[in-house]
Amino acid sequence: MSGCNKLTESGRRFFLGRSALAVAGAAAASTVPQASARATPALARVAYPVSRLGNLRDLKVNEPMDISYPDADSTGVLIKLGTPVEGGVGPDGDVVAFSNLCPHKGYPMFYAADDRTLNCPGHYSRFDCEKGGLQVWGHATQNLAQFRLRVDAGGDIHAEGVDELLYGRHSNVLA
Amino acid sequence: MAYKRNIDRLPIPPRDAKVNSVVCHYCIVGCGYKAYSWPVNRQGGPAPGDNAYGEDMRGQLGADSAAWVAPSMYNVVRQNGQDVHIVIKPDHDCVVNSGLGSIRGARMAEMSYSTVTGTQQARLTDPLVWRYGTMSPASWDDSLGLVAEVTRRVIEEQGEDGLLVSAYDHGGAGGGYENTWATGKLYFESMKVKNIRIHNRPAYNSEVHGSRDMGVGELNNCYEDAELADTLFVAGANSLETQTNYFLNHWVPNLRGSTLDKKRSQLPNEPHAAARIIVVDPRRTVTIAACEAEAGKENVLHLRINSGTDLALFNALFTEIAAKGWTDKAFIAASTSNYDAAVGANRTTVEEAVRLTGVSAEDIRKAAAWIAEPKQGGARRRTMFAYEKGIIWGNDNYRTNQSLVNVALATGNVGRPGGGCVRLGGHQEGYARPSDGHVGKPAQNVDELLIGGKGGIHHIWGCDHFKTTLNASEFKRAYQRRTNMVKEAMDSVPAGDRAAQVEAIMRAIRAGGLFSVDVDLVPTQIGSCAHVVLPAATSGEMNLTSMNGERRMRLTERYMDPPGNAMPDCLIVARLAQSLERSFRAAGNAAVADRFQGYDWKTEEDAFMDGYHRHEKGGEFVTYARLRAMGTNGFQEPAVGLETTGAVAGSTTTGASPGVVVQGPAIEGARGREPLQQAAPNAGAIGAPAAASGGSERILGTKRLYADGKFNRPDGKAVFAATQWRGLQAAGKQAEKDSHRFLVNNGRANHVWQSAYLDQHNDFVRDRFPYPYIGMNPDDMGELALKPGDLVEIFNGNGATQAVAWPEGGLGRNQTFMLFGYPTGVQGNVVSKATNELVIPNYKQTWANIRKLSDAPEAVRHLSWKVQEYRAQT
Ligand code: SF4
Ligand code: FES
Repeated sequence: MSGCNKLTESGRRFFLGRSALAVAGAAAASTVPQASARATPALARVAYPVSRLGNLRDLKVNEPMDISYPDADSTGVLIKLGTPVEGGVGPDGDVVAFSNLCPHKGYPMFYAADDRTLNCPGHYSRFDCEKGGLQVWGHATQNLAQFRLRVDAGGDIHAEGVDELLYGRHSNVLA
Repeated sequence: MAYKRNIDRLPIPPRDAKVNSVVCHYCIVGCGYKAYSWPVNRQGGPAPGDNAYGEDMRGQLGADSAAWVAPSMYNVVRQNGQDVHIVIKPDHDCVVNSGLGSIRGARMAEMSYSTVTGTQQARLTDPLVWRYGTMSPASWDDSLGLVAEVTRRVIEEQGEDGLLVSAYDHGGAGGGYENTWATGKLYFESMKVKNIRIHNRPAYNSEVHGSRDMGVGELNNCYEDAELADTLFVAGANSLETQTNYFLNHWVPNLRGSTLDKKRSQLPNEPHAAARIIVVDPRRTVTIAACEAEAGKENVLHLRINSGTDLALFNALFTEIAAKGWTDKAFIAASTSNYDAAVGANRTTVEEAVRLTGVSAEDIRKAAAWIAEPKQGGARRRTMFAYEKGIIWGNDNYRTNQSLVNVALATGNVGRPGGGCVRLGGHQEGYARPSDGHVGKPAQNVDELLIGGKGGIHHIWGCDHFKTTLNASEFKRAYQRRTNMVKEAMDSVPAGDRAAQVEAIMRAIRAGGLFSVDVDLVPTQIGSCAHVVLPAATSGEMNLTSMNGERRMRLTERYMDPPGNAMPDCLIVARLAQSLERSFRAAGNAAVADRFQGYDWKTEEDAFMDGYHRHEKGGEFVTYARLRAMGTNGFQEPAVGLETTGAVAGSTTTGASPGVVVQGPAIEGARGREPLQQAAPNAGAIGAPAAASGGSERILGTKRLYADGKFNRPDGKAVFAATQWRGLQAAGKQAEKDSHRFLVNNGRANHVWQSAYLDQHNDFVRDRFPYPYIGMNPDDMGELALKPGDLVEIFNGNGATQAVAWPEGGLGRNQTFMLFGYPTGVQGNVVSKATNELVIPNYKQTWANIRKLSDAPEAVRHLSWKVQEYRAQT
């Protein structure tokens, strides 16, 4: 019936609608009385810092490196997986970085090298580092936040953004 | 790539945001949530004084923070005609979940209808009527007028047996006391409909008749008992996925030993240790893996039985425990009957059980000891027995259920702290209906009537047989054929000519057609055959009361508007009843018309007061005002008084006359409620009716049933049952097993609520499961040359269905596990029509063959097929 045709479409609308939300939030933010009297134009998305996480030569295959992004309180892991994955960077297309705070209740997760997953001792959620942080099984209502990476000519790996809300923050970048 | 929302910040509710109590409307656990709503053009700030949580959100929040809101907990919805921001987040002060959310409940906000953010746009917003070859919007009066006319005409020609009804009978979304009462009043009081069935099965029956007939209502303990037990005994349940926060918040602490202080203070004078757990299941589940991670392998006993042999195992445990003398002799003498006869009748040696179940003798003996061997100093071991669909939808439901209750009674584990013999439950419960005594036992198999061309009109309330019935392949073919006859007839005369329409419809019905009316939240698969579709409101779009698996009753307050013209079911019932009254009166049948009076409800609260408050046991103490004041903790049914009056009604002793529904016979078919006996010698005191004031006094409830050792039988004694093993009981199951390679075990996945009726419209879930999965042993997949994600057909003589293959080492050879009730591949297609003698389906024991259809479809190529179970860090 008619509703069925709406299905595929609502998915698309959903994505646009939810992205537009960030704009709504930002616009509303500017209406809150601020200390400064001068209004600054609000951006649709939070402005992410660019942080150097390390250099390609520091990475050993399947050995996660502890990192943090966008600031010291948001911890994560940088991993060279050894096989190219969608979203991986570097010459081998295999370098990825994820938040390691579980998006269920924020417990720090550990990396299981044998199947390249992040695992939560809180309530057993599992996220696949080879599949963009897809939740293999678990309680989180989102897949795992992945850090957007860029590798420069010198092999330095920079984080430039995040694709999901990080656990424990109302805004990925805190004032 | 994995689905990501790309949301990087969320608005914060201001201090004065409106706060409403919410109980998760998905599973039985009924976790407490709070809804915060505020105008779209305002927001709070991260400083503690600037937000509704009173929390400091300026820095990174720690684990378990009460202030973190995931994007799925946020939306923009309509409230009293205005767009508002809404956050629905777990309530840290609710004793059920203590702030835990799950992958289902913590999406409640995102699963709400929003024209602003585009969520759940599939929701029905208008009544629809089959016109011009499609479903066209209509007014309530117009659509209900047509339903009433056709219903009346069918009843005039065929009697009330010509009206077939499918209805939910539970709580949470699509149910609740308001709505079960309304539908019950219409079909059991204004009419005496006997061809009625329940949402996931073909007849109107209890899934736990076995336990009830022994005098033991199935929700007899409290969640705290899982914290107090020495041993947890679980059969046919995967609680980490199907009662998630009950498991996480009440079982795990006991397995970890963190409830020892509570045990010592509540139960002094006996030794205590961390709990051990026994899980009876043919497959290794994520629940078992989690138990091992928490309690250590040595404290977890997985009895991996041959599918369907639970009864033989329970009889052997009963025999072994009796032989060892590990029974509670005083309890057996004072509170039970028929013990010796049952011991004789059910005698099953460990060796016989080994042969039937495939479990080792050592493990069976170990299980008996873990259940019942006295603790040091001779104290009785406290064991909680819990079961769900593996038993309820498994082989020989009635006897198997009883054989487990036998073990619980023999060891004195009903009505005592740390005990209980309970079903774990699917939905919350919320049953309040007039007597269904006229339905009979066994009840009619309504699906067979529908297939067999019986009846002329079908009213459907929140059910989708196409996804959740057995023998679904044949059912769909017959249903489409019969409803198409009516569609063609309707197309043959102008839609606006009501008299001609009704005549055409009746002609088609006389020729074997069926007129179908479907009330639901979203378009359903069976609804694609309907001639009238009516849009319902869900929990939170109306005030709704339900109780959870420990009989904890709460009110979910209305926090948003229903979509478009959708209405609460109880008010749809009221308008349908009024339309029927008008129709019969216009037809000159005043006597029948008069039976449809008494529906002058303006609100769902009116339906609640007419139903639960007036008719249910303890209902006289319960009002919306009092429930509102009790928030997400509510009280445990039955109510026995108010804090101002003290307990004035009988609580666990059953049979007190307040609560006997409409003075009818015992409500045998009641779901979840303690069944009642009328005028039994153990009747409790009759409570002084409390005035239904606007008062908000605290309601006093009942922590455990049968704490006084009196059970729901005329003599107050629970009766042991004779439960001999008789193989695969349902007709044809043994032959199906013998002629097919794979067991098609089935059930739920953590991600998905029920039949995915809302989840199918949620991007996060649809991305993860575009198709149902079928877990297969990796070696079996190798033999069939299947790669992870390949699309396969599951087929047998009953029908065929599809799924994508997921290698699961936790499954034995030739065993599979398929997601149940999924829209894009219905497991019920391959389930035979055989039931037990009380028409309970046997979904679990299904055998079929499997063949490859294609390589992994594009929609699943980005997914992960790694093992689901968690292993602790080594
Ligand atoms: S465990 Fe059940 S009741 Fe609790 S949040 Fe999850 S689905 Fe809802
Ligand atoms: S915090 Fe990770 S699963 Fe709960």
